Amino acid sequence: METIEKLRILTDAAKYDAACTSSGINRTGKKGGIGSAVSAGICHSFSADGRCISLLKVLMTNCCIYDCKYCVNRLSNDVPRASFDPRELAELTIEFYRRNYIEGLFLSSGVLKHPDYTCERMIETLRILREEYHFHGYIHVKAIPGADSALLGRLGLFADRMSVNVELPSEQSLKLLAPDKSRESIFRPMGMITGRIRENHCELVKYRHAPRFVPAGQSTQMIVGATPDNDYQILKLTESLYRKYALKRVFFSAYMPVSDHALLPPRGTKPPLLREHRLYQADWLLRYYGFQADELLDEKHHDFHPLVDPKCSWALAHMEFFPVEINRADYHTLLRIPGIGVKSARAILQARKAASLDFQGLKKLGVVLKRAQYFITCSGKLIEGLRVTNDTVLRSLLSEQGQAVFYQERYEQLSFYQQSELPGKEVVQCLGRRM
Amino acid sequence: MPWTTDVIYRYDGSFCGLLCCVFESYVKKEIPLDIVSEESPQGSLYPEKWIETIEVRAQRVYRSLGQRIHPEAGRFLKDCFLTCLVSKEILIYRFINLGYRIGGRIFNNLTEETVHILNKAVKHLYHETHLLTGFVRFSDCAGTLVSVIEPKNNVLPLLSGHFCDRYPEERFLIYDKTHRLALVYQPYQAEFLEADGFLPPEPDAREENFRNLWKKFHETIAIEGRYNPKCQRTHLPIRYRDYMTEFQQSAPPLSHPVEFPGTQGNALEDGSNRPL
Repeated sequence: METIEKLRILTDAAKYDAACTSSGINRTGKKGGIGSAVSAGICHSFSADGRCISLLKVLMTNCCIYDCKYCVNRLSNDVPRASFDPRELAELTIEFYRRNYIEGLFLSSGVLKHPDYTCERMIETLRILREEYHFHGYIHVKAIPGADSALLGRLGLFADRMSVNVELPSEQSLKLLAPDKSRESIFRPMGMITGRIRENHCELVKYRHAPRFVPAGQSTQMIVGATPDNDYQILKLTESLYRKYALKRVFFSAYMPVSDHALLPPRGTKPPLLREHRLYQADWLLRYYGFQADELLDEKHHDFHPLVDPKCSWALAHMEFFPVEINRADYHTLLRIPGIGVKSARAILQARKAASLDFQGLKKLGVVLKRAQYFITCSGKLIEGLRVTNDTVLRSLLSEQGQAVFYQERYEQLSFYQQSELPGKEVVQCLGRRM
Repeated sequence: MPWTTDVIYRYDGSFCGLLCCVFESYVKKEIPLDIVSEESPQGSLYPEKWIETIEVRAQRVYRSLGQRIHPEAGRFLKDCFLTCLVSKEILIYRFINLGYRIGGRIFNNLTEETVHILNKAVKHLYHETHLLTGFVRFSDCAGTLVSVIEPKNNVLPLLSGHFCDRYPEERFLIYDKTHRLALVYQPYQAEFLEADGFLPPEPDAREENFRNLWKKFHETIAIEGRYNPKCQRTHLPIRYRDYMTEFQQSAPPLSHPVEFPGTQGNALEDGSNRPL
């Protein structure tokens, strides 16, 4: 089989993996080698679906002995199969890398023959890259569930980031759709990687040149919309993964129907992209804004509002927290205001050292006044001419996607969601009470 | 003696030249109305004054930036000079002027008009540099990697460190079409050359092969059901695409006809509901 055909098959099989980040590690190049890594990550291109292409994302092979119902590469699916030879893949990576097409390699694999055998082939590819080509670029590798932990340990010494995909957020879903996997088979390798990373930190303290194990940390992915699990479950699980396993990232992937299984959404179902988007927004709130999962959702409200983003939604439910005085509030308080993010909060702290801030100034610092105006005061004053009417509030607080959905619903009388009352009314009531 | 303000400075277009304008202004106690480079056309009735570039004077001003304003001020203003801001010279002059008066606090004064404009321009410069660390596309021409870019800002001085570090053993050339500047690297030295034009050589068969592989990858990695060109355009503006391999039409005809990505198996079903 020609390389181009292999590349097509093995890319096509790998594309449902959401993660394509090259972040988490700074490494300068070395004489005699090729490559470096930048901790912010670099996007090299964007595909037609608007997702970043940073790494050469391929499978080692798409042959698989497992039959997970949600997966394109399941045993029972009739698709063309291919495998890369380790040397062939290493050369392709280097040639792409030289031309600055990619930031590195993202290697995953179906399970061929046995998890250990698959893992060995992956190790061989990475060994050729690291030891023969002296490649110092980014490598993200998937841990193969069921492989021997000694092999995973070796894989981790070559890679920058490792991931084990949770895929399905609950035990029941896993039983139904991936009978060959158990909760244990996913969390054991994850725990092992976390353990090795911690161990490695201690080694590095003692020996500066100790080999580094997965220096850019560990990540995982969950599929959204394949099973009836709700946002609250997913977010709670995400939070516990960050806490317990010290993961760097949790990715969410809206389920694309790829099979006709009775337990799965039928083909042609639209992927829940808005839901995926809301989960990412909430994920950011957990990682950078000091929010906790229980603040954003609870037993009663277990799904995100389709029209309002999670932060705005929290703010509207906690109007007692507002208005916040921009010239006095501390960093963590500033971060809770809709329309103010990490960058603008930092800018506010910096700028108010020099002069007290007014609304004009805030605009220059990158604050989205359209949202923030309802929640802040500058030197004790609200913004001039602030009007709280149904329409203005809707226009400023509903997210872009929310507005599209809302106005469509209103004018075309299409009902996508069960919420009977207009969200605008709630919003106006909330704000009206304060003023 | 009060400072006079009815003169326009003209300098040679280099950063040193601009610093000499600052020197002149302080020695002669005059505030220039505008500072223009050699190439910009004459467009005003105010008297013009040619400012000679003298290395020693420029160094004196440069040292004073670190001492009287902030250790980072020199570097910041050098970067300001690389931006595509229309009247960057006079803004840099005003920044220095204000900096001498209030010192390092100027960097906190983010709402001040001059500081704000310069900050915004520098952010644009850094952002474009970052994008180009990813969007530069090399072609292998007999062992030398060549690339052409057309950025708005003069990003090459900031890009050079990244690429020299990344490819220490390669020989490469990046040509900036906008600023007619080329970065030439061979192990282990880099050089900037001014060049009026550059025509990359025709690709050979091996190069063509890797281009096709990359295009195939780029085409296959997109998920049809999530097709979203608007999002793609936001992250990867059209103006960069002229020089990116994956968006170029391949010139020579392929040995076999181009097929739709995934004409077999389940991919067919996915392809059928792809939005146009």
